[in-house]
Amino acid sequence: MAQLELFLQTLISGFLLGGLYALIALGMALIMGVMRIINLAHGDIMMMAMYIAFWLFTLFGIDPYVSVFIAAPALFLFGMGVQKYLLTPVMKVESILPHNQVILTVGLAMVLSNLATVLFTGNYRSTPVNYASNAWYLTDIWKGSPIELSLSMPWTLSFVIAIVITIALWLFLSKTDIGKSIRATSQDPDAALILGVNVNRMRMLTFGIGCALVACAGCLFIPIYYLYPSLGKQFTNVGFVITVIGGMGSTNGAVIGGLILGIFESMTATYIGMGWAPVGRFAIFVAALVFLPGGVASIIRRRKLGK
Amino acid sequence: MNVFYGDVQVIWDISFEVAQGEIVALIGANGAGKSTTLKTISGILKSRKGEITFNGAPIHAMEPYRLIERGIAHVPEARRLFVEMTVEENLDMGSLKGAAKAEREKTKQQVFEMFPRLRERRRQFAGTLSGGEQQMLAIGRGLMSKPLLQMYDEPSLGLSPILVKDVFNVIKRIKEEGTTVLIVEQNVKQTLAIADRAYVLENGRIILQGTGESLLNNEHVKTAYLGV
Ligand SMILES: Nc1ncnc2c1ncn2[C@@H]1O[C@H](COP(=O)(O)OP(=O)(O)OP(=O)(O)O)[C@@H](O)[C@H]1O
Ligand SMILES: [Mg+2]
Repeated sequence: MAQLELFLQTLISGFLLGGLYALIALGMALIMGVMRIINLAHGDIMMMAMYIAFWLFTLFGIDPYVSVFIAAPALFLFGMGVQKYLLTPVMKVESILPHNQVILTVGLAMVLSNLATVLFTGNYRSTPVNYASNAWYLTDIWKGSPIELSLSMPWTLSFVIAIVITIALWLFLSKTDIGKSIRATSQDPDAALILGVNVNRMRMLTFGIGCALVACAGCLFIPIYYLYPSLGKQFTNVGFVITVIGGMGSTNGAVIGGLILGIFESMTATYIGMGWAPVGRFAIFVAALVFLPGGVASIIRRRKLGK
Repeated sequence: MNVFYGDVQVIWDISFEVAQGEIVALIGANGAGKSTTLKTISGILKSRKGEITFNGAPIHAMEPYRLIERGIAHVPEARRLFVEMTVEENLDMGSLKGAAKAEREKTKQQVFEMFPRLRERRRQFAGTLSGGEQQMLAIGRGLMSKPLLQMYDEPSLGLSPILVKDVFNVIKRIKEEGTTVLIVEQNVKQTLAIADRAYVLENGRIILQGTGESLLNNEHVKTAYLGV
């Protein structure tokens, strides 16, 4: 019984973690689909959002869940600016390296994490919200339950908000003309252009939305995580691994990939050891590359396109 | 216009016009520069010298995404559909701007009447359609913007003879409903039969022009393009 309890508890934690991971990867996949680049500053943009949430809490007592509404718009504008003033000009430069936009995002990542160290020191910070250790228990609802499971309140809340944001994004991409234009740009930019899509503006918008999504993820992580200037790398990694599992540039794949990675990491931590999660991440990354090139998206595509 | 790819010139000082209500054809061998010419009108490529005017206004310096608002629609070579979007979403993408957007549902019904197959498959991904159905969708997507000038780049590419006939009938019908047509085609005989006027392009230069009928009877056209 204890074994089953442990397994179910691990599965639930993994699922909750996966929902948040999916949000990180969604932004990265969107950017990858439209811009054809890997944004290697993705985690550092999340770090920025976390500092925004941290300071808003520390200075003004603003709840991290409320600061979503401040950090996401702020990083949306930041992302549009990065695309317009840094990435677009670089795109026009002819160089021996084909991916100098990606290299630029590496530079941006370094600048952001170093700037955070200079401004905020390298100290670990956390946001001591008073509901941090609140939890729901299965026995509260079902008195006679043979097993006991608990659900951390901030984790659950973060998960639910992540789901709401994911659904909102899905509605935006599938129901609005701008959303359709973004998808069209990612599939065939020249065809979109002659149909009247301002492709450059779509790229700006996409980079902005990608940053806003990872900013949301940052705010949702901060009640349950700690914060330091170089934490971006780890989350860039997470985003990248998920997009490989999910299939480069696929938003559906990012959601499924996020859940897979969350559950896998949670299982590794429980059954192998806390410190092994990054090793597990690396293992599943390599496995996805070898056994499922094209990721989950290739399976979805095969079913929908019959290919 | 004079058009270059890098330093290589592929269009040499060509000049032509399309009058309102006409079907004008551009014909020529592979690599003659037909698609390049249409892309230059669309603004995807820029002419180094010369100018392009539409209804009296210069358009060669405009951003390509603005041309559709002016009434120019381009159905590009090889269809260029959004394969991972549904038939209906592809049609929506044809009517992003202004009046076309306001009349989207009405125009969509007209397209569905013209191509009932598309109505049946409207929730299917464009990539799952057959070649002929994809061509219908590409033509339909062009119509969604309610253009004044409709440009077609090889609309009959890869279609069976029956479907080719259908496509030409549709184009004739589009003209009869008041849209001006500029068409690039390899099916020279059928194209000249429906065209009011045509230009023959060889190595990036216009070498012949005339009414569809006169070119059908031209000796050079006969030997070089009709194989008779
Ligand atoms: N992107 C490009 N870069 C360099 N050269 C190009 C490019 N696109 C076309 N060309 C060249 O320009 C010339 C004209 O090409 P274009 O596509 O306009 O021909 P076309 O008349 O449409 O031929 P087809 O009937 O085969 O479609 C060709 O010699 C082609 O090789
Ligand atoms: Mg061509």
